[in-house]
Amino acid sequence: MCTFVLDCTGYRANKVRILTREENGAAMSEGLAIAVDGLSKEYVVPVREGGLAAALASLVRRRTRTVEAVREISFGVEPGEMVGFLGPNGAGKTTSLKMLSGLLHPSAGEVRVLGHVPFRREREFLRQITLVMGNRNQLVWDIPVLDSFERNRAIYRIGRGEYRETLAELTELLDLEELLSKPVRNLSLGERMKCEIGVALLHRPRILFLDEPTIGLDVTMQRRIRAFIAEYNQRYGATVLLTSHYMADVEALCRRVVVIHHGRLLFDGDLASLVQRFSPHKTIVVDLEGGGVDLSGYGEVVECEEGRVALRVPKADTARVTGLLLSELPVLDLTVEDPPIEEVIEQVFAQEEQM
Amino acid sequence: MKGLVDIYATLFKTDLAVQFQYRAAMVIWLIGLVVQPVIYLVVWSTVAESQGGEVGGFTGADFAAYYIAMMVANHLTFTWVMFEFEYRVRTGAFSPLLLQPLHPIHRDIATNVAYKVMTLVVIVPVTGLLIWIFAPRFELQGWAVALSVPALVLAFFTRFLVEWSLALAAFWTTRVNALNQVYFAAMLFLAGRIAPLELMPGWVQTLANVLPFRWMLAFPVELFLGRLTVEEAVHGLCMQAVGLTLALILISLVWGRGAKRYSAVGS
Repeated sequence: MCTFVLDCTGYRANKVRILTREENGAAMSEGLAIAVDGLSKEYVVPVREGGLAAALASLVRRRTRTVEAVREISFGVEPGEMVGFLGPNGAGKTTSLKMLSGLLHPSAGEVRVLGHVPFRREREFLRQITLVMGNRNQLVWDIPVLDSFERNRAIYRIGRGEYRETLAELTELLDLEELLSKPVRNLSLGERMKCEIGVALLHRPRILFLDEPTIGLDVTMQRRIRAFIAEYNQRYGATVLLTSHYMADVEALCRRVVVIHHGRLLFDGDLASLVQRFSPHKTIVVDLEGGGVDLSGYGEVVECEEGRVALRVPKADTARVTGLLLSELPVLDLTVEDPPIEEVIEQVFAQEEQM
Repeated sequence: MKGLVDIYATLFKTDLAVQFQYRAAMVIWLIGLVVQPVIYLVVWSTVAESQGGEVGGFTGADFAAYYIAMMVANHLTFTWVMFEFEYRVRTGAFSPLLLQPLHPIHRDIATNVAYKVMTLVVIVPVTGLLIWIFAPRFELQGWAVALSVPALVLAFFTRFLVEWSLALAAFWTTRVNALNQVYFAAMLFLAGRIAPLELMPGWVQTLANVLPFRWMLAFPVELFLGRLTVEEAVHGLCMQAVGLTLALILISLVWGRGAKRYSAVGS
């Protein structure tokens, strides 16, 4: 597994995404939107076993345990870039976003967002960012959506003209027309999320932190939100940092991904090279004339139906196996594919577990 | 400043709309608010009657005046932030507020004022009804009534800041109810809610004068009812100014630390 770590380091050296402290300072003056250096977060949590005896014991002696939610992660994000944060539950994604947006105070390391130290929560900084969390909200439950927009207009001190203009744009892009006059409590989850994103972007933030923006939404709504984020990014050159469980979100929006697991940064680069680097396999799909041939001698058969067979082969053997298939069998069509991104990610995490 | 006025106006307007959604709940709350002083009023009037018409200089009609004025003053100055904060911190509902470029206290002040304005619709006729039923004796003096207005405003802000600071205890512990109970008990006895402070033993009065409680509620009531001399009125207003200043210092100290604490443990 050491190779794995070395691989990452090698990658870092190539891309110069991971910065040393000195470089970080320099990079900030070069105009990185987000610069993160050695960022860590530890929580102290009480430890108690179940039962009355344990409850009484904890009165006398409280036992605590330190949880390292994020461990020394470093990366930089250019203005206008869209970066996907990937990792299983509890990997430290949300904690990282909270530190970047200023909700959490880091235990160690440095963060600069648009040149500001986020946890100081200066007004100038807060006016330029937004954090959308799938399960938290800015909308006021009992009143029409438009009233919540109106509240944010005042709180963010948006000029009337700009407000009207942005509201019209958001209404068009997110298709909010019908929803604005409805009380929030009467909206469906998807409708609420659209409004939630709308109200969070009313002040035209330059940085968007989106934590699971499509959680719990149906496929159509997910697609809609995705299209909107892409459009917003294009239109305003906003920087977007997004976490999602849906790979489709990340694939559609982010060329670059940052993978974290157990609080550590495992990978930082474009999606294609993530697949390249971490997937030891390729999938060869062959359409055969007649069908019914056993191809297990060529590789692992992962799918087989009516003359179409999908084989998983080690990456290094791809060319050889392809050659053999073409020369030895009546092949109608043959494609070589990378495995689905979900599978690759799973592999990345599985490798990490073994470390 | 213009921005802040716009913020308050907008929050106030939308908060009124929110309050309007809770008309039924509001009426129930208000019943609670009215019932408590009415019970004290009935008890004390009965005691006064059994003791030949008065207790410590208060006749039945004086008690009626006192408790009706107390009810209105308590309504105008009370807050519910202590309950609200625990919920906010426990559920993480505080996070979005923290990321907006506005100190969260402004929101709460606007909401509170909107609620007070909204409930006047009920409080005013209820007060009229109580006056009609209990026939209180008001011996009002112009200067005292006039001064009771700024006294009430000072009481509102001091009480608001003190209760907001106490509510911030939710940043350290999610079991703030015990603390709230202690505070409410102190408010009951030391702010003149259960009985006029004049009727309390000497040491309770001394305590009430030294601590902020009297200045947060009882003082504007006593002033309005003309039970204070000019010197006492001026002294009281000065005490209120001191109390407000201390409350401002308290809140800035606790808020900074509390927000930092919230940022340290997350939500």
